[in-house]
Amino acid sequence: MTTVHDTLRGLMTPTQVDAKPQSLTRDAWVRLKANPLAIIGAIIIVFFVLVAVFAPWLAPHNPKLNTWFSQIRPSSIPGPSAEHWFGLDESGRDELSRIIFGARASLIIGVVSLAIGAAIGATIGIAAGAFGGWVDSLMMRLTDILLAVPGLLLALSIVVVLGQSQTAVMIAVAVPNVPLFARLLRSSMLAERQKDYVVAATSVGLTRGSLVFRHILPNSLGPMIVQGTLALATAIIDAAALSFLGLGSADPGVPEWGRMLANTQKYLNIAPHLAIFPGVAILITALGFNLFGESLREALDPKLRR
Amino acid sequence: MNSAMNSGASAATDPILVVEDLHVTFQTRGSREVRAVDGVSFEVRPGETLGVVGESGSGKSVTSLAILGLLPSRGVQVSGSIRLGGRDLLRASNRELQRVRGRQVAMVFQDPMTSLNPVLTVGRQLTEVIRRHTSASRSEARDKAAQLLDRVGIPDARSRLRNYPHQLSGGMRQRVMIATALACEPQVLIADEPTTALDVTIQAQVLELLKELVSESNTALILITHDLGVVAGMCNQVNVMYGGRIVETGERHQLFANPRHHYTRGLLASVPRLEGDETQRLVPIQGSPRDVIAWTQGCAFAPRCVAVTEACLGGPPDLVDSGDGCRARCVNMAPKNSSIWAAP
Repeated sequence: MTTVHDTLRGLMTPTQVDAKPQSLTRDAWVRLKANPLAIIGAIIIVFFVLVAVFAPWLAPHNPKLNTWFSQIRPSSIPGPSAEHWFGLDESGRDELSRIIFGARASLIIGVVSLAIGAAIGATIGIAAGAFGGWVDSLMMRLTDILLAVPGLLLALSIVVVLGQSQTAVMIAVAVPNVPLFARLLRSSMLAERQKDYVVAATSVGLTRGSLVFRHILPNSLGPMIVQGTLALATAIIDAAALSFLGLGSADPGVPEWGRMLANTQKYLNIAPHLAIFPGVAILITALGFNLFGESLREALDPKLRR
Repeated sequence: MNSAMNSGASAATDPILVVEDLHVTFQTRGSREVRAVDGVSFEVRPGETLGVVGESGSGKSVTSLAILGLLPSRGVQVSGSIRLGGRDLLRASNRELQRVRGRQVAMVFQDPMTSLNPVLTVGRQLTEVIRRHTSASRSEARDKAAQLLDRVGIPDARSRLRNYPHQLSGGMRQRVMIATALACEPQVLIADEPTTALDVTIQAQVLELLKELVSESNTALILITHDLGVVAGMCNQVNVMYGGRIVETGERHQLFANPRHHYTRGLLASVPRLEGDETQRLVPIQGSPRDVIAWTQGCAFAPRCVAVTEACLGGPPDLVDSGDGCRARCVNMAPKNSSIWAAP
């Protein structure tokens, strides 16, 4: 009989221990890579960021110089041509260069305002979610007040109060984001706090600080990250809307997609390309962030994990 | 009973945990208060295993949560005393409780699938507890964690430390939970239905593991379960709970040989057995745990009891001596040495 067992033992492959860490993030990454929409979104975002960063090298002309002003007639503005791919704008500046530099303004405003909004929102959310009780009530009433005012109106009044500048625009776009992030983080932290593993972690004597920051918070960040990418799209649109309404940065020479769109209103019938190019730029960028954000939401959704 | 713990020779016999007259009342605004635990007293000694049996809602889990101070503070009233080595846990500050939890009392939870943090590796979760309660360095804690995993029977422990909970099976995770609970060698280990979520084969392994660990390290184990087979196999003492009170308590052999309370008898009669008359049908307990009356009016089990009489409604019965060192809370105790199948 022993011979049979020996043969069997020889046939059996030793059990391999799969010690390769398969973390949540890695798992999400694998699923993200498999989603074509995420890839398209990521390509758009990367393209947009590269354009913004390398604008001075990519732009064929100086966006602020109206070198070709002589070509502008009251009844016609030159459209796309071999020399100016996107045509000229109403002051005789190269439209393509202005679009390229406009990506810069949009990226800076989008990222900075998102960072401000998310940081303040997260702080409020953590305070409310970690302490509960009266702290929670106070924080949530504060966010209620912010939520009661329409976002664009709030942003408008902030720019009016702070005066026209890029900083003011960033703050204005950031503030309406604060209550969104605060509520989102609070609710996911409250949901997380009820979970068994938090009770288990409490039962081994961990302090409130490590419970909140090492256990509850990391498990609550998923919705925040998704909201972050989606909010970037909104921030870019909001910044464009503000400059469309004439509340962008104080220097009219600085190319901003929203302002470019606003300035072309008068020439819409003679030069539709001036509305189309900045409009499409805003659309594609926002679409890229939205596609990526939605795919990220799907990838991080625990219900879809095997 | 007030003598300090671990004081020389008497330490082996002195109880490590003494619960006296514990009451837990849940009060939600606008609804009637619920007495989840209603005057429970018991004690456990080092190296002893206490089984707590009873159906859902009998107050088993609430008792264990109360010992660790894990009940929410809002809407819950806790009174009585829970003394751990001379210190009353109910009067301890939050900071004191944090130091007691994990180091002196630890708990193994029912569901290993949800009781580990999904975003931290097993190693992180173990070392975190070790470093919280000892002055171990990062690498010392890691060594200790690997030893612990090895001790609870996880093969290739060192590389398992880098695994995330979802990469482990249910039985493995429950072993990790046990390792976490044992990380700082607690004097009292509470296991709240540690095998309910596991396969039968794994159940036996986990129970065997708990048994070994208790005998090796002289830990007091409180095993909460509704599986009488588990109690019969592991426990020294048994508390049978019903409606938030202990209805029968005693040494395991004596209690099972001679159950006097009709609830205990009902529980035993509803378990299939290998020996004895095979034509004997299983006898379920009538009604459901919702059919209770308040203890102040009489015996809470009266609505479901097979031997109920007028005497059962004459106020709360006391926990009285029922022979062989056991005590039962019943005015119409079943006669000694009577078959549990016999009609009263």
